[in-house]
Amino acid sequence: MSAVEEQRPIGYGRLKRKEDARFIRGQGTYVDDVQLPGMLHGAILRSPVAHARIASIDTSAALAHPKVHAVITGRDLEAQGLSWMPTLSADVQAVLATDKVRFQGQEVAFVIADDRYSARDALELIDVDYDTLPAVVNARKALDPDAPVIRDDLEGKTDNHIFDWESGDRAATDAVFARADVVVSQEMLYPRVHPAPMETCGAVADYDRVSGKLTLWSTTQAPHAHRTLYALVAGLPEHKIRVISPDIGGGFGNKVGIYPGYVCAVVGSIVTGKPIKWVEDRSENLMATSFARDYVMRGSIAATSEGRILGVQVDVIADHGAFNTTAQPTRYPAGFFHVFTGSYDLEAAHCSVRGVYTNKAPGGVAYACSFRITEAVYLVERMVDMLARELDADPAELRLRNFIRPEQFPYACRTGWVYDSGDYERTMRKALAIAGYDELRREQVERRARGELMGIGVGFFTEAVGAGPRRHMDILGLGMADGAELRVHPTGKAQLGISVQTQGQGHETTFAQIVAEELGIPPEDIEVVHGDTDNTPFGLGTYGSRSTPVSGAATAVVARKVREKARIVAGAMLEVAPEDLAWERGRWFVRGDPEQGATIQEIAMAAHGSLELPEGVEGGLDSETVYNPPNLTFPFGAYLCVVDVDPGTAAVRVRRFVAVDDCGTRINPIIIEGQVHGGLTDGVGMALMELIAFDEDGNCLGGSLMDYLIPTALEVPDWETDFTVTPSPHHPIGAKGIGESATVGSPPTIVNAVVDALAPYGVRHMDMPCTPSRVWEAMQGNAKPPQ
Amino acid sequence: MQVPSPFEYERATSVEHALELLARLGPDARLLAGGHSLLPMMKLRLASPEYLIDIDPLAGELGYVREQDGEVRIGAMTRHRELLESELLARRVAIFTDAERVIADPVVRNRGTIGGALCQADPAEDLSAVCAAADARVVVRGRDGERVLDMRAFHRGAYETAVEDGEMVTEIRVPLHPGAGSAYEKVERRVGDWAVVAAGAAVRLSDGTIEHAAIALAAVGGDVTSPAAAEALAGRPPSEELFAEAAGIAAAGCSPVTDQRGSAEYKRHVAAELTLRALRRATARALREES
Repeated sequence: MSAVEEQRPIGYGRLKRKEDARFIRGQGTYVDDVQLPGMLHGAILRSPVAHARIASIDTSAALAHPKVHAVITGRDLEAQGLSWMPTLSADVQAVLATDKVRFQGQEVAFVIADDRYSARDALELIDVDYDTLPAVVNARKALDPDAPVIRDDLEGKTDNHIFDWESGDRAATDAVFARADVVVSQEMLYPRVHPAPMETCGAVADYDRVSGKLTLWSTTQAPHAHRTLYALVAGLPEHKIRVISPDIGGGFGNKVGIYPGYVCAVVGSIVTGKPIKWVEDRSENLMATSFARDYVMRGSIAATSEGRILGVQVDVIADHGAFNTTAQPTRYPAGFFHVFTGSYDLEAAHCSVRGVYTNKAPGGVAYACSFRITEAVYLVERMVDMLARELDADPAELRLRNFIRPEQFPYACRTGWVYDSGDYERTMRKALAIAGYDELRREQVERRARGELMGIGVGFFTEAVGAGPRRHMDILGLGMADGAELRVHPTGKAQLGISVQTQGQGHETTFAQIVAEELGIPPEDIEVVHGDTDNTPFGLGTYGSRSTPVSGAATAVVARKVREKARIVAGAMLEVAPEDLAWERGRWFVRGDPEQGATIQEIAMAAHGSLELPEGVEGGLDSETVYNPPNLTFPFGAYLCVVDVDPGTAAVRVRRFVAVDDCGTRINPIIIEGQVHGGLTDGVGMALMELIAFDEDGNCLGGSLMDYLIPTALEVPDWETDFTVTPSPHHPIGAKGIGESATVGSPPTIVNAVVDALAPYGVRHMDMPCTPSRVWEAMQGNAKPPQ
Repeated sequence: MQVPSPFEYERATSVEHALELLARLGPDARLLAGGHSLLPMMKLRLASPEYLIDIDPLAGELGYVREQDGEVRIGAMTRHRELLESELLARRVAIFTDAERVIADPVVRNRGTIGGALCQADPAEDLSAVCAAADARVVVRGRDGERVLDMRAFHRGAYETAVEDGEMVTEIRVPLHPGAGSAYEKVERRVGDWAVVAAGAAVRLSDGTIEHAAIALAAVGGDVTSPAAAEALAGRPPSEELFAEAAGIAAAGCSPVTDQRGSAEYKRHVAAELTLRALRRATARALREES
């Protein structure tokens, strides 16, 4: 490939992102940039306490504020049957509280005023009388007999239990544990963290009383799914709802669900007849929108004395907060946690997951977790490391010894997944070579002799992404297939309509490159349209690393349909049978006479022109498709981290991080590297500093960016990234998802490094975040889960 | 967007004007310097002043770092960035340079001021400890004249200073001595976070002994300074054992609390560790072994 093609490829390659031209000029259009004539502004009154009965709400003083137009409470919504709404997990969630508040920050009233300032001022004029109740904060205690019942709104509910779910074979797992030489067990907490996208959540609702049409600009990763849900929730006909997801400043799962604020904006617009803007502030985002993780995991791993892993068993208490609002395929209440056997060829495995309510914000799967794969990978990678310590084996060698081997693919794992492709050893060896692993271990010995604390963390992950086959996967009955629609204009320029919505992933570039690769049209000649339900085909949205596996496949398929249509038209143009034509990038030509041919641009003009087409062939080249993935894709990677811990202050510095990712076919390496860099940075954040903490009364202690820390460039090393390519055999272009790989793979690798550094102190495990204080406590033999 | 309560805004064009506005508007008025503490507190509605008196136009009049009469004189509106970049401070009172390297981030340092930091008196604030360790004095001006206070008199505890209604800080005076060295050490969870713990130390050496020492701690409650530790150092030759002894005294005398930044036990431990390190570097600087 020439240097020019390298920079401006027609097809795959290092193309600069098309969307960056507007972003780097500050010319993006986010929800908060939407200004409509007569628009009013909403603000939400939130509960100051975690659990309380609402004795009364007095809104009269707020209504008397000269700039206030309306104050909506749960009672007002009740009249319209909207005080509760269904969640994505077969539960209900209060839009505005009527009976009780169940977490600090819960929505209680919605004020509509001339401007944001007045709306906020008026919140302080609402008088709510709360009768405080005891709060349940610790998931381990949620099912204690004396725990207060949070969800007494649910008929007959007498405890805080949500669900029990299991996967794998308990008896077979018990049997391998019984005959194992070595068993290692550990309870570990994957703490509650938050996606904290740069742009908070918000909406502008504009209900037209004449046409009955609602236009809703909102921060959504799934505009089509939202449209259908609004139709089901609000009773508006679906064709009278247009959801527009404009530029989105980061999602990470935070913008998958429907929040009460969106519904309030819609109701507010219907009530006032004016457009209503509601955009939450940073504290609201951190305190009330979808958090991630909060999994208490008790894991065990069994092995022979030679280091052959036999089985893994894990029991989980899943803290879902006050309402079960997690977003995941319906049949999987614990998401894809049952991929916890990881990258290893085991004899047996079993997990049980128990979901519980607590007086904490609802949510659960957000933050680039691939539906709980983050938790699963953390568990197995920590367990394997602990096993290595127990066996006095090298953690890299132990992994190499137990990997699923290339010839075993497609590999049916013990919990039912069929891994599509992989060559784990090759990827692992590449990472070890880049890191100079043996040299690092020698350096570690020398440093330890000097009293220095250097740690080397090894991690390997396999993800299951691209949900998913509609036979197995739906969200509220909506199958997880994606449409794509490709229009080719007479001059050969094209417009691709996709259902998935970028929040920074670079869809406008990547998807144009897929069409370019298939049709030979330059990417700059392809406009990618997305984020507007009136102009794009139906699909389930961007999350769980599903855009390339599902919509990327749909795009390749629809481009191939156009190509086949072009073949028929080219046959008519060249007066040969279509079967006698051959394709080279961007052109059909006559087999045996390559001079005779037509470019896709020429064909497009002919298809719209006066050319006589064969009987039954319609003009134009436009095509559409719906892609139902036959399986998930299984990206994987080998990560290696070097940390230094200051023995005096216990501060952790990440010195090096090597990431070798395999996401199959690589469409745009710049974008892939960007995804990996971002995910690794997320991982440093989770491993070292991020935590949504609560006090025992349920007060959120992470409600601002002063309290909830996000890493900066100064906490991260220069990333050393590389890759291998193992295409997916079932994906049309062999691509796998990459959006969450690094977020999944990096936290256990960093914790493995920290624990390795602390080995001289006898530390076997410590929970995240590895703050200086918590590391020091681990060094004193006093490692505790965070509060 | 987090929005503050309604407030009135005035812009002061001189120190005299600012004092006049303070007198006229009364105790519900607040001075707005760099705004990096006050504005976040207003947006979170933890502070709701009726009036803001913007003294940003005083950045010229009160923005300087200069040597005069054996002191470094620092105008109250001097930005963190100017302190960080001051060659005079780096050469003579390096504790300022050490601290400024780890105060917040460049965006904050471009706006935040030394006067604002000292008057905010956040318990985890760095410059109060720096000034205390450096034996700085603070010039407080009212319409009736000036008062010059040492840090013990100025800094009365968390969020509390000796500045009365109608007064403002105009200058900080840091004494210069031969044979002096100072240093600042800090542990933070992340760059830009408040200190988990920080320690500052300043020593003056004469004929191989410590003639004078000062130690100050940030984010561990109680008194900023540790006179007992300073006393233990005075008149003795510097040594690792002596530093450890002083560090132990400083740590024993502080009163940290457990919070999101760390446990009280950890903070006490690291107060000792950082004091030790600060003493080591301060002494090396006094001996010109390190700049």
